[in-house]
Amino acid sequence: MATQSRLTPAMKAEVNKPPVTKVSPPISLSDIRKWAIAVYWPETPPRLFWDEEYAKTTRFKGIVAPQEFNPFAWPVRRDREFEAGGNPPPNPDGTFTRTVGNANVNAGSDHEYGAYMRPGDIITAVDRLAEIYEKTGGRGGNMVFRVREDRWTNQKGEMVKINRGTTINM
Amino acid sequence: MGTPKVYWEDVKVGQEIPTFVRRTDYMNWNRYAAINEEFVYFHMDDEAGRAAGQKAGFGMGNLRFAYMHDLLREWIGDEGVIKMVSAQYRGFNFKNDVLTTKGVVTDKRVEGGEHLVDLDLQVVNQSGENTAPGKATVALPTRGK
Amino acid sequence: MGTPKVYWEDVKVGQQIPPFVRRTDFMNWNRYAAVNEEFVYIHMDDEGGRGAGQKAAFGMGNLRLSYAHNLLRDWIGEEGDIKHISIQYRGFNFKNDVLTTRGVVTDKRVEGDKHLVDLDLSVVNQEGVNNAPGRATVVLPSRGK
Repeated sequence: MATQSRLTPAMKAEVNKPPVTKVSPPISLSDIRKWAIAVYWPETPPRLFWDEEYAKTTRFKGIVAPQEFNPFAWPVRRDREFEAGGNPPPNPDGTFTRTVGNANVNAGSDHEYGAYMRPGDIITAVDRLAEIYEKTGGRGGNMVFRVREDRWTNQKGEMVKINRGTTINM
Repeated sequence: MGTPKVYWEDVKVGQEIPTFVRRTDYMNWNRYAAINEEFVYFHMDDEAGRAAGQKAGFGMGNLRFAYMHDLLREWIGDEGVIKMVSAQYRGFNFKNDVLTTKGVVTDKRVEGGEHLVDLDLQVVNQSGENTAPGKATVALPTRGK
Repeated sequence: MGTPKVYWEDVKVGQQIPPFVRRTDFMNWNRYAAVNEEFVYIHMDDEGGRGAGQKAAFGMGNLRLSYAHNLLRDWIGEEGDIKHISIQYRGFNFKNDVLTTRGVVTDKRVEGDKHLVDLDLSVVNQEGVNNAPGRATVVLPSRGK
């Protein structure tokens, strides 16, 4: 039985939309420290991420951020799509509508790294939809894959990261 | 200087100030935990809430304390100053509770050149239970200067 | 310069690097949500997880991505660099899962002046399920320079 395509012309046209550019606030020591604590929890994170005196003795000559650090967290103005994480908030009565059949899932990450991020750096991200395609899932329904390519540079113009993230709408 | 939202002269004892309302769940509690580093299992996990003798996970008192500050700031605007806030956490804040934070003016006075207003505060849930009584003092701009 | 933890010359294809192990629950997920601003009901509330068709709330893939970075950083030390990492999120991370993040060396090569090592990564839970296969390339210091 042929499965009906879920890819509409409007969805396919998303690939041609101009990229979205975002500029981070300056990266703070405190944000780097909190990131390191969170991802190493419950153990003490490496000194390179929180001890400036120690970090000065390394080849980095100062604190750097863990490479997967995200300086774009906590924007003041809300992006609705991000707010819901692609998944809906509860109904007014507190129940959750079942999203099976229309849920967005984080399917994978692919990061290529260049310059390390440091306190004071301002990162510019240029994010675009690189690919949209569909595959038939194990239960027969079609899943829509979106691959976004997000290129980060620092204030010196150095490449910091190229992030290709895949989400599945299933 | 901005334009004052409320002048001391216009405040009346017994007056209710506009309420501050939030429906709360893990979204509110975890965001508050994130910035106050208040990651406590009974605020994060229904099982832990039950282990603490409650019906489920529950919110932190500190968030209600912040709501009291929000209430006062929205009333006094940027030209007023919060001088004192005190609160007692007497009831639990469970998921999907609608919390209405209220203030009633109990006194107005001038002290050391400051034009002060005292208020009684409460954080009332949808069942009408006052989960957090409190008090506050704010300094307001005056028309006299 | 610090002392390298591992030199390129000493790495063998097929070698397993020391694993990075974490037992995870709402503490880990909410702390990660706090720094990545990833507050999503499926990760915070068992009812939110059931709304998405799972047995309960579950952790975010991105935390496993960080664990993969931690694994590599612990092995290569500060004299090595992670150049590339990719990971797929295939399984769910439920409360109290013990996640063991592993790496196996699949290749070593020299490109330009860079001494590279390729690895296969896995994040295996206590039932032996690999819920996040991945790959990485790291740059290591060489004894030759």
